[in-house]
Amino acid sequence: MTAATTPARVRRPVVTRARHGKLVRHAVGVAVFLLAWEVAARSGLLPWLPAASASLARVAGLAADPVFLGDLLSTLTAAVIGLPLAVLVAVPIGLLLGTVPVVEETTRAIVEFLRPIPSVALIPLALFFFQPEINAKVALIVYAASWPILINTLYGVRDVDPVATETLRSFGFGQAAVIWRVALPSAAPFIYTGVRLAASITLILAISVEYFVGGSGGIGAFLIQASTGIGADAMLDVVATLLWAGIVGLAVNTVLLRAERRLFRWRHL
Amino acid sequence: MIGTLVRRLWLIPVVLVGWELLARSVANPFLPPPTLIASWMGERWFSGPLLLTDEAVDNFVPSIVRVIGSWAAAVLVGVTLGVAIGRIGRLADYVDPLVEFGRAVPPPAMLPVFLVLFAMGTQVQVATIVFGIIWPILLNSIDGARNVDRMQMETATVFGVPAHLRLFRIILPAASPKIFAGLRLSVSLALILMVISELKGSTDGIGYLLSVASNNADMPGIWAGVVVLGVLGFVLNSLFLMIERRMLGWHRGARRTA
Repeated sequence: MTAATTPARVRRPVVTRARHGKLVRHAVGVAVFLLAWEVAARSGLLPWLPAASASLARVAGLAADPVFLGDLLSTLTAAVIGLPLAVLVAVPIGLLLGTVPVVEETTRAIVEFLRPIPSVALIPLALFFFQPEINAKVALIVYAASWPILINTLYGVRDVDPVATETLRSFGFGQAAVIWRVALPSAAPFIYTGVRLAASITLILAISVEYFVGGSGGIGAFLIQASTGIGADAMLDVVATLLWAGIVGLAVNTVLLRAERRLFRWRHL
Repeated sequence: MIGTLVRRLWLIPVVLVGWELLARSVANPFLPPPTLIASWMGERWFSGPLLLTDEAVDNFVPSIVRVIGSWAAAVLVGVTLGVAIGRIGRLADYVDPLVEFGRAVPPPAMLPVFLVLFAMGTQVQVATIVFGIIWPILLNSIDGARNVDRMQMETATVFGVPAHLRLFRIILPAASPKIFAGLRLSVSLALILMVISELKGSTDGIGYLLSVASNNADMPGIWAGVVVLGVLGFVLNSLFLMIERRMLGWHRGARRTA
């Protein structure tokens, strides 16, 4: 017992100290950046750039601005509706393509032609086909976010241990049971990585649609409106919104990464 | 050979014919038949003296130059900076949170900053593309350069291998699988940003043609823009994969994590 606890007790402070040092370096890096930004803005080196302090104050100010919060909510709503729909569309298709080679071979040419189309090029089309605008936004998000999920599902299913599949088969399980009990669980971490990639795509599409339509809500519309304003105030709003967009993106990334580690801890054992 | 080709491609003509029949039967202006889109493209873009018309040359060329030029600039800056940051002591720890934040900002969100700064024109596109795609390149280059096998570096030092050889023969090859993983993401992102920045802040380019067609509710024109952008995306992706295969051919399993 004592032999087991001693090394742990010795090792732990070393690990924490290393992490502590890293955190300090992170903090120093951010502080130096903010300082350099403040100096560059105030000294007139970058006359168009609002100072870091003013920008951060505006970030806090926007948090209490009902117009901005409404726009933020409108952008996030489209993303939150679109991503699960993309999972519902892409995972079954990926499973089908991954488990039935004939289907995969016949559709490959179509997939290879559709995939490289930059999704934002479809914005004008989507706006003609889907009204009101929120429907166009969600439709585009579903389309664009489906690709990484589909491709990762496909790779994940191909990566399944054939011994496990054959074992289930020889015990008399049907194709559906094999997919449900072996293919899907073992492809799950791949699929999840696809979902994480797709999450950042949802925001790209939502903001792009809002730019294109303009004046109809969402962070994109807020940004475009701010950028058409005059003088230093316009830039202040733009930079503060940009920081907000980064904060939201970072929060989404962090939550998804944490959840990934927790959900698939068994995979790294 | 021909059998495989037929087996792989038979669905495409079937889809096109199906679309043609459907479009003719519903006669909805939003869904023009493929033959109408093709004849629109032929008339507007491919009937010039040397195949391409003036409109095609004046808009395709700027777009292609912008997307390739900006991509190349971002790669050059991102890889150079990234490898330097990854190799200099603990510098990576200091810049990590900033790069992570930069990557978390949705790339099109940078566009209005450049619209304020430059109003219109090529600078807007170049800046939007470079600032949008540099983050994954930077992040992967830092990561790749930081994790070069220590034994190899120490061996090189012991044998007195000069710095530039160490960079080009050890560090860059060792980091290249990681770097290419970042580059692969950046190709399609560059095209997306080209389109969105031309839709909003440009007076030429394929994205501009698309926004003009959209304002005029010119459905065949919109579809034609999508087709051209799809072809451009296909060509850029294929070119990239070709380069990647040539440069990473030695690295087995490099393409596993696509």
